[in-house]
Amino acid sequence: MHPIAEKIQQAFPDAFQQAVEWRGDLTIHVAREHLHAVCRYLHDDPAMDYDYIVHASSVDWPDHPERFEVVYEFYSIQRRHRIRVKTRVPEDDCVVDSMTDIWKGADFMEREVYDMMGIRFRNHPNLMRILLPDDYPEGFPLRKDFPLRGKGWRDTFPFIGEKTG
Amino acid sequence: MGLNLIQVSRGHDKDGDLGITLTTLEKAVNWARKGSLWPMTFGLACCAIEMIAAVSARYDIDRYGAGVFRASPRQSDLMIVAGTVCVRMAPVIRKIYDQMPEPRYVIAMGSCATSGNIYDSYSVVQGVDRFIPVDMYVPGCPPTPEALFDGILKLQEQIMQRRVLYRKPPEQVKA
Repeated sequence: MHPIAEKIQQAFPDAFQQAVEWRGDLTIHVAREHLHAVCRYLHDDPAMDYDYIVHASSVDWPDHPERFEVVYEFYSIQRRHRIRVKTRVPEDDCVVDSMTDIWKGADFMEREVYDMMGIRFRNHPNLMRILLPDDYPEGFPLRKDFPLRGKGWRDTFPFIGEKTG
Repeated sequence: MGLNLIQVSRGHDKDGDLGITLTTLEKAVNWARKGSLWPMTFGLACCAIEMIAAVSARYDIDRYGAGVFRASPRQSDLMIVAGTVCVRMAPVIRKIYDQMPEPRYVIAMGSCATSGNIYDSYSVVQGVDRFIPVDMYVPGCPPTPEALFDGILKLQEQIMQRRVLYRKPPEQVKA
């Protein structure tokens, strides 16, 4: 196993689920309730020193009992190593702790995840839609049960506003 | 020249003899309007690249008097909506259109601005004519600069047909 993954496993035996290494990329799977603590450790520990959040995204696995997966990617500018952290979220309670108090840059990324997949982030300072209109009525378009061919907007799209003259 | 001038003087322009030309005021006003279409830059996607190319020396949009691109709606006559319009962008375009002084013209450049193109999707407006009146549609994905020029020339022909000295009732966007 990767030395960093071993360290994380020693520090968080309850949280750590699995480590995958593929083509030089390290991915660790973490239990949802411990995600924030693990990330705090990744950021603060001098041997880890992940000071930069690269990416936050989500995956929908419709057939899996815990349907959603939240993916974070961190990078250490000082140590030049990166890590991907994944956690599973069930559909009936899709809430994850926000990382905005550790990395400020998580703000917009988590808002996008909420906007597209409908996963909510606990303690996020401003969790609202970011790409779609604030009053968007049709749910979360990146979920797999959202129709791939659309809902026929071409025929039903409204005319917006009226000509003022 | 497109003005249907009646040249009274037999003198040649280059002799320094101004002569007298007769035309209607309407035609003279329209001629002035069509010859100085100042476009508003509204590049939203890949069509903007073709619009930029149209301004460059090789194509030279300035030949048609439409080369003075303004970044402010208050100084422009023609809005070239070039690219895919997302739902979040639509109110912005509407606001900028409302800020343009009349007479104002709109060219929907490319398939996306015209109809939404392949993006029959949750985030894309199905044609810019859903919220502002469009004078000319330029097809293509993206249209070449020549196609854009064709649109501008057609718009100029259309401008020459306009009535100037009478107030038309406010247009209605189909609701």
